[in-house]
Amino acid sequence: MHDVAISHDEGKGQYLWVWGVLLLLTAVEVVLAYKRVFEPLRMLEALMILSVIKSALIIGYFMHLKYEIAAMKWVLMTAVVACLCLMCVFFPDAFRILYLGVK
Amino acid sequence: MSDVAVQHGMADVYEPSLFGAYSKKIGMWLFLLSDTLTFGALLFAYSYGRISNPAWPTPFGKESITNATIMTACLLSSSLTMVLGVLAARRRDRSWTRNWMLATMFFGGAFIVLHAMEWSHLIEEGMTPFKNPWAASVPQFGGTFFTLTGMHMLHVTIGVIYLGVVSLRKKFLPILLGIWLIAWLATPADNIFHTGVHVLLVGLVVAAVILFLKPKDYDAHDVEIAGLYWHFVDLVWMFIFPLVYLMSTRV
Repeated sequence: MHDVAISHDEGKGQYLWVWGVLLLLTAVEVVLAYKRVFEPLRMLEALMILSVIKSALIIGYFMHLKYEIAAMKWVLMTAVVACLCLMCVFFPDAFRILYLGVK
Repeated sequence: MSDVAVQHGMADVYEPSLFGAYSKKIGMWLFLLSDTLTFGALLFAYSYGRISNPAWPTPFGKESITNATIMTACLLSSSLTMVLGVLAARRRDRSWTRNWMLATMFFGGAFIVLHAMEWSHLIEEGMTPFKNPWAASVPQFGGTFFTLTGMHMLHVTIGVIYLGVVSLRKKFLPILLGIWLIAWLATPADNIFHTGVHVLLVGLVVAAVILFLKPKDYDAHDVEIAGLYWHFVDLVWMFIFPLVYLMSTRV
């Protein structure tokens, strides 16, 4: 069995920093939504961009994917890429129904 | 088999591990990949309805948004305590590993309680999987909301039990039994969670079977794998929170 390596630069300070950024981004999301800063379409885009940034921080730092080898990163990201591709299919289609009706 | 070992040596008998990671870690990552697609399907089903339907209800007022924001902070904080637990496990500091994991379970438990209160509030207002009091023309709101958030709540509950098994081993069983009994007796009989808490009983049976049939001393690898699962639960909520709550605020 492999020893669990701690060769990479990680420590409590780094995790506290990531946690602080995640809380800050959450606060930004809440303010954007509650103040209705953007119209619904722009709001959805803004919230999704912030969510993708938050998920990248969680996967990269908390789940340690940042420190895995490149091949593992690419294989594990296939599901995420598949979801993002599906998002690009489903969301525009939902807007098509909203503006054009079901045809 | 022994001939092979003699001819080629042990290094040739065993294949090198995939990606240089231990097999349990690869296994958990593969499970998380499949779970990503499960949650992806549920999120797309909800979001498709939300975007394509102008009459979609917006029942989440200031109280709900505040509640959901505290729930989000709980999950983010639980991820911090979990990763600190993994660090402690790597240092072979058993005491702090257990303490950080118990803190993670506390935040996870707080999330479940707050979410259950939110559900109870919506159900009291007349929301069911088949209808809602805000938009009669959008009956699918309840079904998609309860399926998505219920699936996530189930994952959080399983995660708390998982962490309890890894951190406390057999000592966790009587604690879980006590939590189940208290939750069952304290919940009003007409509340959905009076029945829902029996998930804890099922978890208790499964945990007991695992702990008695294959007792082991969980090491740093097991803590890291439990952490992967926990962070994934946190990750999924980072999409549920904006798509379900923030896109349906009632100002």
